[in-house]
Amino acid sequence: MSFQTAIFYAFAAILLFAALRVITARNPVHSALFLVLAFVTAAGLWMLLEAEFLAIVLVLVYVGAVMVLFLFVVMMLDINLDRLREGYWDYLVPALVVAGVMVLEMATILLGRYFSLEGMPRPSPRPADYSNTRELGRLVYTEYVYPFEVAAVLLLVAIVAAIALTLRARKDSKFQDPARQVKVKRADRVRLVSMPAEKPAGGGKEG
Amino acid sequence: MTLSAADYLAVWPEILVLVMVCVILVVDLFLRESQRVIGYALALATLAAAAGLIALSSMPGRVVALNGMFVDDPLADALKIAVCLVAGVVVVYSRGYATARGLFKGEFFCLVLFAALGMMVMISANHLLMLYLGLELLSLSLYALVALQRDSRDATEAAMKYFVLGALASGLLLYGMSMIYGATGQLEIPKVAATIAEGRANSTILMFGLVFLVAGVGFKLGAVPFHMWVPDVYQGAPTAVTMFIGTAPKLAAFAFVMRLLVETLGAPALVAEWRQMLTLLAVASLAVGNVAAIAQTNLKRMLAYSTISHMGFLLLGVIAARPDGYGAAMFYAMVYAMTGLGAFGMILLLARDGFEADRLEDFKGLNRRSPWYAFLMLLLMFSMAGVPPTVGFYAKLAVIEAVVQAGQVWLAIVAVLMSLIGAFYYLRMVKLMYFDEPSDTAPISADMGVRVLLSINGLAALAVGLLPGWLMALCQKAIQGSL
Repeated sequence: MSFQTAIFYAFAAILLFAALRVITARNPVHSALFLVLAFVTAAGLWMLLEAEFLAIVLVLVYVGAVMVLFLFVVMMLDINLDRLREGYWDYLVPALVVAGVMVLEMATILLGRYFSLEGMPRPSPRPADYSNTRELGRLVYTEYVYPFEVAAVLLLVAIVAAIALTLRARKDSKFQDPARQVKVKRADRVRLVSMPAEKPAGGGKEG
Repeated sequence: MTLSAADYLAVWPEILVLVMVCVILVVDLFLRESQRVIGYALALATLAAAAGLIALSSMPGRVVALNGMFVDDPLADALKIAVCLVAGVVVVYSRGYATARGLFKGEFFCLVLFAALGMMVMISANHLLMLYLGLELLSLSLYALVALQRDSRDATEAAMKYFVLGALASGLLLYGMSMIYGATGQLEIPKVAATIAEGRANSTILMFGLVFLVAGVGFKLGAVPFHMWVPDVYQGAPTAVTMFIGTAPKLAAFAFVMRLLVETLGAPALVAEWRQMLTLLAVASLAVGNVAAIAQTNLKRMLAYSTISHMGFLLLGVIAARPDGYGAAMFYAMVYAMTGLGAFGMILLLARDGFEADRLEDFKGLNRRSPWYAFLMLLLMFSMAGVPPTVGFYAKLAVIEAVVQAGQVWLAIVAVLMSLIGAFYYLRMVKLMYFDEPSDTAPISADMGVRVLLSINGLAALAVGLLPGWLMALCQKAIQGSL
């Protein structure tokens, strides 16, 4: 067994353990942390496949941004654990059935002759100075520039849609507008009312 | 792999729409409530300019640009111009309705333009990736548009259903495309077709992919048995959005079918397979759409089922699997978009602040209230039913003719029988308008632009029906120039 194979099995074992703990840990914060571990281990596996860029992006984006957000939400919200656990055992059986079917399906495809190791020959090894990141960048900004731009537009639509659907200007919110405060004139605030002069009350009317 | 100016010139209309959406997004920030009309004018100007640009730059042959991602052929030009026009008419018709419901704002115009951009990307796709991205751009904008009236429970529910089922359909399509990629090792449409033609693709995996693709296309078209979302979304969405969903995306969906099934999977062995599958979808759509529409009391729901049956007709043209069949299907899609615009436009016309006019009885006695609009609606309903002088008749005739030419007479008979059943509910509308007492006597108010456009729209159903030759020739030429 080569060093690489040993590392692969070690990482794979850690990944499986972490993934299992994500769904079995009692504390949601622990679950989130185990998910971080799973992501980092998966990134290690990708590194073994010489996909450095994807590995780094997985750590940066998922661990650095998405999971931090997850942890924030989990820690800030008061989550009722018992309600979350309700029906765990009820769902387990159908979930196992679905998972079993999926494993079977993937096995038939992967072990069948269409996608066997013979059908997909191993790519030739790259020289040491080959940069995965540079190649990806080159493709994305030249050959795939059009889909890349359209994907960016998709994100823009997502932003517009999310804001349009959730942002509400509250009618009862109170705020100061300095520009209007500066521009205010005397006439806007002070009203002079001319009233007939009143006679002295003569005393004692109000008591 | 360097891109030249010619590459960017080819996508000029798309770039224009994108830049203008961004401009409207920013300009809208500085507009007061009373100045929203500026965004409206900008949106219309954008669509008109894009349509003009496409018309000016249209060339008879195929132009492939951006490393084989983008294709500009007569089919793309014709459909993209039609999409821009339809989107423009939708914006004009929606003005009064949207203003009354607080939808007349920058987001509405932007999302409509984003959807139009998505359709343009889809129509001009020469790569499976672009087909998918264009479709997602369209779908995402539509989900948001449906939910835009966020205080309405129906709209939110419709948006949720649309989103979940749409995501499922996208997943199916993507899975199918990945199978095609697995079988051929290519994503560019002509290269996929070439690999299949050379017999270098594994036919089992191809078949696997084809099944998923047809299911995904069925979802997007709203063909039975993938039609569950259509009635709920049509009914729940604000009428202005329903009008948009019911018209322009059908043109894009036709282009999608052409690019995916005819151009990519056009090898004879595969054509025989997808013809069978589409035949099932078409017959089921014709039957379910027409029969279920009879039971509806909500006009939007009725039109939803009517859409399902019309999609069955559109598929008939594709099933013929001959250039004249594709031309007939394209003609059908254009005619359907036009009459759909008119019918939904009429609902928008009768709707007021706090009143939707989407039930059948709201059209009772329309003739007493306004003989002109009743006459226009009569033309539109006749066209949908396929009564002779109107354009709907000619569209159905062309499709059925293509099916008969392809030797599937039984399919033609089924189509005729089903459209006979369908005629019932269209004629019921005519009866309600002309022979019943009005239950609602409020005056019909609309601005001049809407009145004129709606009149042109209704009369076009008659005029194009009397002189269908030019539009038919245009469709046939577009198909012949692109295949």
